[in-house]
Amino acid sequence: MAEEAKNSGVNDAVVAAQSHSADGAAVGTAVLSSDAVQNPGLPPHRERVTDLDPKKAKRAERTVYTLFYISIVGSLGAVLAYMFFPIETGELLAVRLHTMFVGIAMALALLAVGIGAVHWGKALMADHESIDERHPVPSNQETREDAAEVFTLADKESGFSRRSLVRNSLIGALIAFPLPGITLMRSLAPQDRDPVQLLKHTMWDKGIRLARDPSGVAIKASDVTIGSAFHVIPETLTHEEFSKLSLEERGGSENFLDAKAKAIVLLMRLDQSQLKELPDRKDWSYDGIVAYSKVCTHVGCPVALYEQHTHHLLCPCHQSQFDVSEHAKVVFGPAKRPLPQLPITVDKDGYLIAQSDFHEPVGPSFWERLK
Amino acid sequence: MSSTVTESPAQNGTRFTSAAANYIDDRTKIGVAVKEFGRKVFPDHWSFLLGEVALYSFVVILISGTFLTLFFQASMVETVYTGPYLPMKGVEMSAAMASTLDISFSIRGGLLMRQVHHWAALLFVASIGLHMLRIFFTGAFRKPRELNWVIGFVLFILAMAEGFTGYSLPDDVLSGNGLRIIDGLVKSIPVIGTYFSYFFFGGEFPGTDIVGRLYMLHIMVLPALVILFVALHLAFVVIHKHTQYPGPGKTQQNVVGFPVLPVYAAKAGGFFFIVFGVIVLIASLVSINSIWAYGPYDPSPVSAGTQPDWYIGFADGMLRLIPPGLETEWFGYTWSWNMLIPMAIMGLFLVLVAIYPFIESWVTGDKREHHILDRPRNAPTRTAIGAAGVTFYAVMWAGASSDIVATHFQLSMEGVIHTLQALLILGPIISYVVTKRICLALQKKDRSIALHGYESGRIVRLPGGQYTEIHKPLSSYEQWELVSYHDYAPLMLRPNDDGKIPFSKRLRAGFSRWFFEDRIVPPTKGEIEEGHNEGH
Repeated sequence: MAEEAKNSGVNDAVVAAQSHSADGAAVGTAVLSSDAVQNPGLPPHRERVTDLDPKKAKRAERTVYTLFYISIVGSLGAVLAYMFFPIETGELLAVRLHTMFVGIAMALALLAVGIGAVHWGKALMADHESIDERHPVPSNQETREDAAEVFTLADKESGFSRRSLVRNSLIGALIAFPLPGITLMRSLAPQDRDPVQLLKHTMWDKGIRLARDPSGVAIKASDVTIGSAFHVIPETLTHEEFSKLSLEERGGSENFLDAKAKAIVLLMRLDQSQLKELPDRKDWSYDGIVAYSKVCTHVGCPVALYEQHTHHLLCPCHQSQFDVSEHAKVVFGPAKRPLPQLPITVDKDGYLIAQSDFHEPVGPSFWERLK
Repeated sequence: MSSTVTESPAQNGTRFTSAAANYIDDRTKIGVAVKEFGRKVFPDHWSFLLGEVALYSFVVILISGTFLTLFFQASMVETVYTGPYLPMKGVEMSAAMASTLDISFSIRGGLLMRQVHHWAALLFVASIGLHMLRIFFTGAFRKPRELNWVIGFVLFILAMAEGFTGYSLPDDVLSGNGLRIIDGLVKSIPVIGTYFSYFFFGGEFPGTDIVGRLYMLHIMVLPALVILFVALHLAFVVIHKHTQYPGPGKTQQNVVGFPVLPVYAAKAGGFFFIVFGVIVLIASLVSINSIWAYGPYDPSPVSAGTQPDWYIGFADGMLRLIPPGLETEWFGYTWSWNMLIPMAIMGLFLVLVAIYPFIESWVTGDKREHHILDRPRNAPTRTAIGAAGVTFYAVMWAGASSDIVATHFQLSMEGVIHTLQALLILGPIISYVVTKRICLALQKKDRSIALHGYESGRIVRLPGGQYTEIHKPLSSYEQWELVSYHDYAPLMLRPNDDGKIPFSKRLRAGFSRWFFEDRIVPPTKGEIEEGHNEGH
């Protein structure tokens, strides 16, 4: 039976693992049997049909060159398809046909040349198994010693170890030299803005009308029937209006989409009896109409799906669910915080307006959220 | 310097080639390389093609990607689409989106190349994954190849990064939402998150810089790194020579197979065209990423059932599977555990994958070179660990489609999520146990066949009335494949010279027991002879 090999620890001897016998490298807990079955050597070579039958070899040859000719046909076919299937009419069908015919012809050209080459290699080229001897990966002992000697010499001639002050100051210089490069990276974003402040303000402000997304048409309270849901933007968030606003009025955002990414809101009307409102937020809704930020508090996807039976909002990205009847508290999924509520009321013309900006940052959590 | 080719009077054809060969060799010394590598032997096995598929699909990505760069405009400047696709006519969008629409509808062959590029990218990551699994389950990562495993792992990460950056370029609704998720993830990082996101997007999300920056990464930095690491990866393959499956005549000191020239060149070269052809065929018939149906990026709209590309699925799924309510507010700062824990779990999973070769070599203590592959059954614990890892990954990945699964099979979404949460823990355990048992059973079967031969199904009644079943003995070649594997014993704890057992040793012994306590010893010559003499 097998005898247990000795467990050696770290193998610091520089020897090449010549073989899988016990000499040389540490074998760890490998069990080396003195009575192991011996390798019987390569099995006898088996001739292929193409070696035995000249007719079959001829046929394989024909197959290969036929495939290569087919490949040429495919390539030329792709050129012709490119020419004769125009897409300039702008019809989808034309694009589809063009893509299909050019692609199929190309695929034919590629597959035929590929299959032909492989068939040539497998059926016709000499298939005698060759054997390469392996040499151990590490360089031999002598080379290693020579290499070590090179370093020793270089060290001696330069005084790298001896002149410690020179060496250490060099190391210091090399550590310091990338610092300006890291500093330059500060230019990736505007210098004069504070991201924390930007995340805390949106375009909403006292008196701004709630409008439909994306048309910007203001919404009257009377338009909002029970059970309905509106996708809402500030009335000023249309391309024409936005360009006229000051940075202040844009909620600090330079770009249209930046402002929109923070300002999107969902508006729903519930039966007043179903709304469970906190006393200090009673006046944030109007006649059962509530508005919540549409930006998910998980990682910021738009919470776009409203189920009116359950009053649940569902985020399609990671399935967080929020209960609109209870201040959009989380009822399922990875999000932790309820969606921020936008306090709303109506102006004298019956249009829904914001009472103020959101009272907390919208969207995903960030480190300085409470600062 | 003497010429490499003898100047014998030859036919016109060979005269030209020999003259050309001499011309080049006189200036490059290329003869040395040809002599060295021209007849290098590569062993043959279908599973060795997986890495080739990865390499070839990368070449296809480079070719199709180069075509796309001729027309794509990596800019987020606002423009109005005026092309032939009616539903988008007059819509405000970024130049990136508009130029992607132009590639699809106004440039002949553009849509084909977009689809070739996308399908090749999916195949690239998929083949890397399968290639990694082949390496893992056959133990090809053992010494001297541990570093090459790490290089391959880096390539896997780079491939995913390439995929994600490319996916975000068209600036459509889907890719914008993907970036939004990344933004949320980055913002959740303590201390630096807010600023990191601010720098990344050049201001607020989405800003007007991100597409240009990702484009730079996607077509320059990342491809350069991929090419560099592929070159390293292949250089190592040449230095180590290829591994081979166990078989008669194959030893740790040889490689049995076919020479590069001509056979391997024909087969591998042909295979490149087959891979390319299959990608083009799929791309010409199956549309992918129809951004014109999604529309340009806008933070507001989103459709139900948004899915990332498959290789990012595991990350997206992990985000969905985290239990609810994990966020705390300590010391006036926000700690988003609902993001940090999934990121930590994914990070740990990937780190374990990257360092597995070192763990295993520490457990076995085996410092020899290994060039003969393991059959997965002959390393039961490793194979079981691999199966557990695959299951863990697969559950995370399935999580990314929880909503699709729910609507498709008419289940409740909560039920699907809770089932997957349970599976994330139980699945790996179950697959570990089952896989290990299957491996051991297969080893037992091999052992009994090696000892007693095949069951022939013939029952013979002896003159004395005794019934016996005839077993067909194996040929020595068949036998060799069953008995020629490595076997490790659990580590015996012995005190060191001070009479102490250090903790590290204890830990290693524990791991070693876990790995090798259940083992099937390969039959020896003596046992086989005994087996044959048992009257079978």
